[in-house]
Amino acid sequence: MTDSTTLPEIFQGRIDSEEKIEPRDWMPDAYRKTLIRQISQHAHSEIVGQLPEGNWITRAPSLRRKAILLAKVQDEAGHGLYLYSAAETLGISREQMLEQLHSGKAKYSSIFNYPTLTWADIGAIGWLVDSAAIINQIPLCRCSYGPYARAMVRICKEESFHQRQGYELLMTLCQGSEEQKAMAQDAINRWWWPSVMMFGPGDANSTHSAQSMQWKIKRNSNDELRQKFVDQAVPQAEYLGLTLPDPDLKWNEARGHYDFGEIDWDEFYQVVGGNGPCNHERISARIKAHEDGAWVREAALAYADKQRQRARKAAA
Amino acid sequence: MPDKIGRLPLWEVFIRGKRGLDHKHAGSIHAADGEQALQYARDPYPRRNEGCSIWVVKSADIIASQFEDNDSLFDPAIDKMIYRHPTFYDVPEDLKL
Ligand SMILES: [Fe+2]
Ligand SMILES: [Fe+2]
Repeated sequence: MTDSTTLPEIFQGRIDSEEKIEPRDWMPDAYRKTLIRQISQHAHSEIVGQLPEGNWITRAPSLRRKAILLAKVQDEAGHGLYLYSAAETLGISREQMLEQLHSGKAKYSSIFNYPTLTWADIGAIGWLVDSAAIINQIPLCRCSYGPYARAMVRICKEESFHQRQGYELLMTLCQGSEEQKAMAQDAINRWWWPSVMMFGPGDANSTHSAQSMQWKIKRNSNDELRQKFVDQAVPQAEYLGLTLPDPDLKWNEARGHYDFGEIDWDEFYQVVGGNGPCNHERISARIKAHEDGAWVREAALAYADKQRQRARKAAA
Repeated sequence: MPDKIGRLPLWEVFIRGKRGLDHKHAGSIHAADGEQALQYARDPYPRRNEGCSIWVVKSADIIASQFEDNDSLFDPAIDKMIYRHPTFYDVPEDLKL
């Protein structure tokens, strides 16, 4: 390293040689902003993602299923926490992030704006939504920003049970009565396309991709990851005896991948833009939970203050 | 309504994975005091038998080296450290030194 090396050169040099960037390192403003946006949106998704599943905890069909679902939803809360902490290392406060979520300024994954109508939806979410999340998240374990990468390693370790419990739930339904199998099929019909959309706009329309690739925040293109998801889901659906709702889905020998139909991007942008079936309900539930919890935070602080004063008096 | 979560201080969480290992940084958590930080850390971090002991330290109490000081803190070590390594010394191969 010579004296003439500039900070931006040191920064990009680190990234090119696969070294991590850590909170106290110099970094370009745009890198910081991109990460804050991405990590906080990711955190919000984990937190809001608890709501559609939490909806079924009290109605789980057995104690075993209830304990599993409770544990999964609890994990998602933990994921949100790890990610909020990672974002905080970049200089944004938890309070600011929550404010952005509650005011609608910050986005979260639009998949969570769909309703969970039947018990089979819990299986569909675990199988499809958590599978898609895992495919998105594995490359993030190697993200150039240290705290984000470390949070992702922790999260990925926890995700695989989510996916498997969902698939097992659907297996059970599919081996059950005709009605149960029909319920599973109906859930897949509704969750398939929103899951395919989870990878975001196609590469041609993805706005932040090139820069994020150069910064190694992102390692694979949206379409690459989407293809991986589809290729993996088809044989899994076949095993269940369920049909994925896409008449254009077929093996392409030449490509070595499954071809699939046109995505309804109108629907995607409608839901992202706030007009999904549950956008309003999700945010209201979040705000209510936060406000209902205010007294707990205040009481904890008051108690801590009192303890400190007592300790001071005892020492005097 | 301004919220109070910003006033809940930040704590760093260290977990001993199992007996015989060092405590290792696991992440951070907001809590009103040390007791609460321990309880909150206990919730997500060692959920799958990942630990047998937790330390929490107020983040503000950590003294960290600054990037600008890296030259004075770490560079001298790079220049002089070769004789601190066993490979610096030429001794007969077969004596098992
Ligand atoms: Fe998660
Ligand atoms: Fe998950």
